[in-house]
Amino acid sequence: MNGPVQSAAGQGLCACHVCSLVSRRTHLSEAAHCPRCGASLHFRKPGSVASCWAFLIAAYILYLPANLLTMMETGSLISYRKDTIMSGVVHLWKTGSWGISLVVFIASITIPLLKLISLTILLVSVQRRSTWHPRQRARLYRLVELVGRWSMLDIYVVTLLAALVQLGSLATVKAGPAAVAFGAVVVLTMFASMKFDPRLIWDPLEREKL
Amino acid sequence: MTDTPQNPDLPEIPDAVSEPHRRYAIQLVWIIPIVAALIGLSIAVKTLMDRGDTITITFKTGEGMEAGKTKIKYKDVQIGEVKELAIAHDRSHVVVTAELSKDARGLLVKDTRFYVVRARITGGNVSGLGTLIGGSYIGVDAGSSTESRDEFVGLEAPPAVSMDVPGRQFVLHSDDVGSIDTASPVFYRRLPVGQVTGTELDRDGKGVTVRAFIRAPFDQYVKTNSVFWHASGVDVSLSASGVKVNTESLVSILLGGIAFQTPEDRFDAPVAQANAVFSLFNTREEALKHVETAETYTLVFLESVRGLAVGAPVDLRGVTVGEVTKIDVALNAAHSEVAIPVEVRFYPDRLRSQRQGKTPHSRPLNSRELLDSLVSHGFRAEIKSGSLVTGQLYVSLDFFPKAKRAKIDWSAQPPRFPTVPGTMGELQKQLMHIVQKFESLPVEELSGDARKTVQSLDATLKSADKMLKNIDQSVVPEARSALVEARKSLEEVRGTLGEFRGTLGEARTTLGGANRVLAPDAPLQIDLREALREISRAAQSLRVLGDYLEQHPESLVRGKQEDKK
Repeated sequence: MNGPVQSAAGQGLCACHVCSLVSRRTHLSEAAHCPRCGASLHFRKPGSVASCWAFLIAAYILYLPANLLTMMETGSLISYRKDTIMSGVVHLWKTGSWGISLVVFIASITIPLLKLISLTILLVSVQRRSTWHPRQRARLYRLVELVGRWSMLDIYVVTLLAALVQLGSLATVKAGPAAVAFGAVVVLTMFASMKFDPRLIWDPLEREKL
Repeated sequence: MTDTPQNPDLPEIPDAVSEPHRRYAIQLVWIIPIVAALIGLSIAVKTLMDRGDTITITFKTGEGMEAGKTKIKYKDVQIGEVKELAIAHDRSHVVVTAELSKDARGLLVKDTRFYVVRARITGGNVSGLGTLIGGSYIGVDAGSSTESRDEFVGLEAPPAVSMDVPGRQFVLHSDDVGSIDTASPVFYRRLPVGQVTGTELDRDGKGVTVRAFIRAPFDQYVKTNSVFWHASGVDVSLSASGVKVNTESLVSILLGGIAFQTPEDRFDAPVAQANAVFSLFNTREEALKHVETAETYTLVFLESVRGLAVGAPVDLRGVTVGEVTKIDVALNAAHSEVAIPVEVRFYPDRLRSQRQGKTPHSRPLNSRELLDSLVSHGFRAEIKSGSLVTGQLYVSLDFFPKAKRAKIDWSAQPPRFPTVPGTMGELQKQLMHIVQKFESLPVEELSGDARKTVQSLDATLKSADKMLKNIDQSVVPEARSALVEARKSLEEVRGTLGEFRGTLGEARTTLGGANRVLAPDAPLQIDLREALREISRAAQSLRVLGDYLEQHPESLVRGKQEDKK
């Protein structure tokens, strides 16, 4: 970073979201569109914080049923069980599969929760125009973005088993309602992190400098 | 950002195209959390509403049950799970706390039964084999009550018949349970129509109560006057009527069972209510006897009743109209005699139905009047021997017009029916009488007399002999000479006859000679025939000679000319 930090927005420059053409906006109060492709131009993602909050809250709400309801119903000739994520983890731990148990616990319980918390921290800090550790927060955002697509482990397992293990009366695996909720949580957090505009982390910094 | 700062370093950046400001009234994105909230809320509400009830069931043991594992199943569908197993405060039983799903709420009524399903192998069936692998579970038999409750006492064994099977249960009382057990079959006309659902000892210990379930539509055949009996095993009975073997079916021989029947002639009786109480009899015959209205009478016999057993028939000219129920001994100290009051159960209906023909139900005659009138005509009871081989006795009812006048003593309890001494007793008595008479006879004198008689007889015979000898000496020689003369004259006659026979023989030979001469093969005849033949030949040659001479008269002179060749 050379010289004073100055953002493109600070200089009235705006990049098109579609064709990435940088254009200059002269009348900031008016809406503008790209001179090349005609797409609407925004300095920042429009309604970023609000939509992010919306997705995040939805994710929070669905996180509860995802963990409380049954994830998977396994029925076999001799037994029948309904497992929530947590009971599955406990069952795996009890039966000695500690490794898998840990993986499931981290992938299905910890990571979604951490994602939710991270996004909340980011949003709150952005809204409060905090200047606290912007680089750390940016790194956190990148981490959330990165991890997002990998937290569907449970869904993969359940859908695969449900599709493959259909032996009629001998053994069946069915996805429970929690699977849908869990999938929704993952998707919603991905949307939330997508909607989040990381440039907002830096805006208060510039303002402070200005 | 109120101003647009110009940056000289970036001159070629194009200007954005301005357009009129557009206001977004609401951001659509907020619909998502609202929808999520709605979904979450609905799930929460559903979960809350689906939250089942927690019930407690007490069992004697917790065998095969495990908290968090043992399921509660209704019709093999899981409706709940055991959450907790605890021992009751008094340590006498196990309290199972279970959580049932919401749809099982209707099952939680007063008469719902819970039982542990384990693998069970009994004589009649094998059940619950799946529990060998999957572990035992708690089965539910839904009740029909409307009174809900959440505390139950579990059954130790599955009920034989689940409550949703249509049919009715009946209560049977019996002296003993025999070989009947839960799940023993109930037969109607040898068709299995139900099951025994339970057997228990009566509280007073004087009998047993058997609960039998009859499936619909067979339950309609249980009438108020139906009778139930043990169909278990083989019933071999030896009675005055002989040996009898009675069985119901092979299954019942092995497992025991109950059979019931409604008397044919009273089939139109009303259908019995559920849980109606019936008696369970030991045999079919006993049961059928009890269908009829029975009256008990006492018959007092003075003779021995050895061979008369309880259950012996009361017979009226070969028709059994009752049976002996009790035999006592009554000692009459005042008269120092022993009487034997025999209690009999008498079925007046059998008598009446014969009298009334087609209207067995109408009872114009009361049995008391009927019997009184019969007794006044000499109707009495006596003991008779049913079989000389087995020595079985039975009570026979019949008319004894010569019997002493008697009446039924209705004041006694049970009424006392007049009897006459049995023919056996009578016979014995008479025999005794004869023997006594024999004994009183002066046998020795008689034998002395007899000897004298024999001696005199001997003398008589001897004199007779003498007389005969006299006759022999005086009469016989004369008779003999007469006879000799007679024989001589006879011989003369015989001689004359011999001569006559000789004459006849000569005549016969003469005739035979004539006969021989005249016979066709007699030599005379043959000679004669040959002579005649010769003559005819001679005549022929004479004719030939005459013919020749006629043609050749010269031959007389010249002789016969030679034929010229």
